[in-house]
Amino acid sequence: MQHTATQDTLVGLFVAAGIAGLFFLALQVSNLSSFGDKDTYTVTASFESSGGLKIKSAVSAAGVKIGKVTDIRFDPKTYQSVVSMAIETKYNTLPEDTTASIFTAGLLGEQYVNLEPGGSEDVLKNGSKIDITQSAIILEKVIGQFLFKSAEEKAQGDKKE
Amino acid sequence: MMQFFQRLGASTRTSFTKLGRATYFLLQTLSGILSVLPRPRLLMNQLFSVGVLSFLIITISGLFVGMVLGLQGFYILSDFGAEESLGIMVAASLVRELGPVVTALLFAGRAGSALTAEIGLMKATEQLSGMEMMAIDPIRRIISPRFLAGFISMPLLASLFSAIGIIGGQLVGTGLLGVDDGAYWSQMQNQIDFYDDIINGVIKSIIFGFVTSWIALFEGYDAIPTSEGVSRATTRTVVNSAFSILGLDFILTALMFGDD
Amino acid sequence: MDNSNSSQNTLVSVRNLTFSRGNNKIFDDISLDFERGKITAIMGPSGTGKTTLLKLIGGQLYPEQGTITVDGQNVHRLRRKELYELRKRMGMLFQSGALLTDMNVYDNVAFPLREHTHLTESMIRSLVLMKLQAVGLRGAHQLMPNELSGGMARRVAMARAIALDPMMILYDEPFTGQDPISMGVLVLLIKALNETLGLTSIIVSHDVQETAQIADYIYVISNGKVVDHGTPAQIEQSSSEWVQQFMKGAADGPVHFHYPAKEYVDDLLSTGKRY
Repeated sequence: MQHTATQDTLVGLFVAAGIAGLFFLALQVSNLSSFGDKDTYTVTASFESSGGLKIKSAVSAAGVKIGKVTDIRFDPKTYQSVVSMAIETKYNTLPEDTTASIFTAGLLGEQYVNLEPGGSEDVLKNGSKIDITQSAIILEKVIGQFLFKSAEEKAQGDKKE
Repeated sequence: MMQFFQRLGASTRTSFTKLGRATYFLLQTLSGILSVLPRPRLLMNQLFSVGVLSFLIITISGLFVGMVLGLQGFYILSDFGAEESLGIMVAASLVRELGPVVTALLFAGRAGSALTAEIGLMKATEQLSGMEMMAIDPIRRIISPRFLAGFISMPLLASLFSAIGIIGGQLVGTGLLGVDDGAYWSQMQNQIDFYDDIINGVIKSIIFGFVTSWIALFEGYDAIPTSEGVSRATTRTVVNSAFSILGLDFILTALMFGDD
Repeated sequence: MDNSNSSQNTLVSVRNLTFSRGNNKIFDDISLDFERGKITAIMGPSGTGKTTLLKLIGGQLYPEQGTITVDGQNVHRLRRKELYELRKRMGMLFQSGALLTDMNVYDNVAFPLREHTHLTESMIRSLVLMKLQAVGLRGAHQLMPNELSGGMARRVAMARAIALDPMMILYDEPFTGQDPISMGVLVLLIKALNETLGLTSIIVSHDVQETAQIADYIYVISNGKVVDHGTPAQIEQSSSEWVQQFMKGAADGPVHFHYPAKEYVDDLLSTGKRY
């Protein structure tokens, strides 16, 4: 019992270290600091295909992350994919004719929504719909088209000779 | 043949009886926690022997596990030209799986076995009976504070393990292998979600702490009060804890990270 | 065998107690009485469940049949809280001493006081030193239990048992495995504590000499039955051959030296299976 004071100090250090570890995980490792309970507004966009896009995929403009995907649904009437995005309120100057495209970061990387501002005076507001969209590039399709095309060219070349 | 079924039946029955005793023990322990709260000194002593004494093994293991992850991850990812994603790999494996699981396994080996041996020896030397005869409930006085301490220590230790592991991965990845420091952290921050990954990891470790402490204390309390009985109980603590941790981890992972 | 003199003077009375472990009947319908202020001994060979009897009296075990009353209360009918209140007035000395190994002698004796009373540390200190003085170990208050000899550990346990000033003390094999000097000290202490504190003592033992020296009344138990009972002098004169063998410690008598077996010659000559 005579070591009580040292013991208390060590227990204190232990608890502090554990909590520090948790804080480190929260602030340095996770996205809590970059995207926490900040105010957002939601816009939607319809794509022919949303490809490998997922909930929580990034939404960025000019390479900077400004929001994230919150919902992806299939619209049974238009047969399109409706993507909802939460965008931080401080980026509230995006024009109404902004183009939304689904890009891939690197060859095999994550897919994300890229917003390219247009020239309209009116801005996107909560509940707005982005009309101009460009779907995800599906690798299989591209490769298929490429093979088909080169086969066609080859066939034409053969004919010429 | 008949004998086989008889034996099977008998051993099944013994297991259920033991589970029943363990449940009763848990309920008593939980109800005893209320009487620990007004006496923080009891809890402090146990936080010291359960938490502080596991501190070193957890931090050192965390560092090395993180460094190995950094090394192995780098070799695999660089084949795809994706070394930049090293941070995600290290952090995700630590925060979701290795942090809670390895910490719990180490905890069962370090603190759990010590708890079982301590309680078992107290039983063998009639200290528990002696307390009962002094009108002191050994569950409240001895078991509940230890349970609470295990329950509190585990998430702290697991967070520490993950945090140190991530730093270890960074030391190897950016210090030794030349991964870009900014990419290591920013990719990690983009991908690791506070609620889905970190909080779920903490929930896992809380559940593991609960189960490991329960097993360790019950095996000690239920041990046959001889030196052989205590040594067997200690072994059972480590084995049963390991099974429970890994089995539960599978279930929890399926529940938490299943639909994403 | 029924001692129906359950008067005001009886502190503990055991009535028609039956208790078994597995198929083994440890007590078969026995009745005992323990008088206030007296030292009563229960004697019998090892393995007759003498310790079990103490645990039954302390309410740690439940009998199959029969009742045990302590100070007018039926031990096994009490609610948990009442049982704990009763136990505060009972001290029990375990064979091993059952000291808490992570505390020194002083803290061990102070333990029940700290748990059950709200006395100030200085009052606890005075009490602990008084109790330790009574068992002659005031000088050893700093030692840890693993630094004590078996006899000293038992004396510390005695000091702890009387810390709350109980009305009775149960001694479980207090003399076993002690050298003659510690044995003498313990005999003296049990007697002295009983007289100065006005305790009721129940001793469970198979050490005939020492127990007979201090006991006021003796019960001899074997095979779950009371074989004989009376004052030490009466037991000495017992007509039972078995009691005579037990008291004198003869190797052969009604209890044979050999464990029951088949004929020795047959066993040696048989070419049968290995054991």
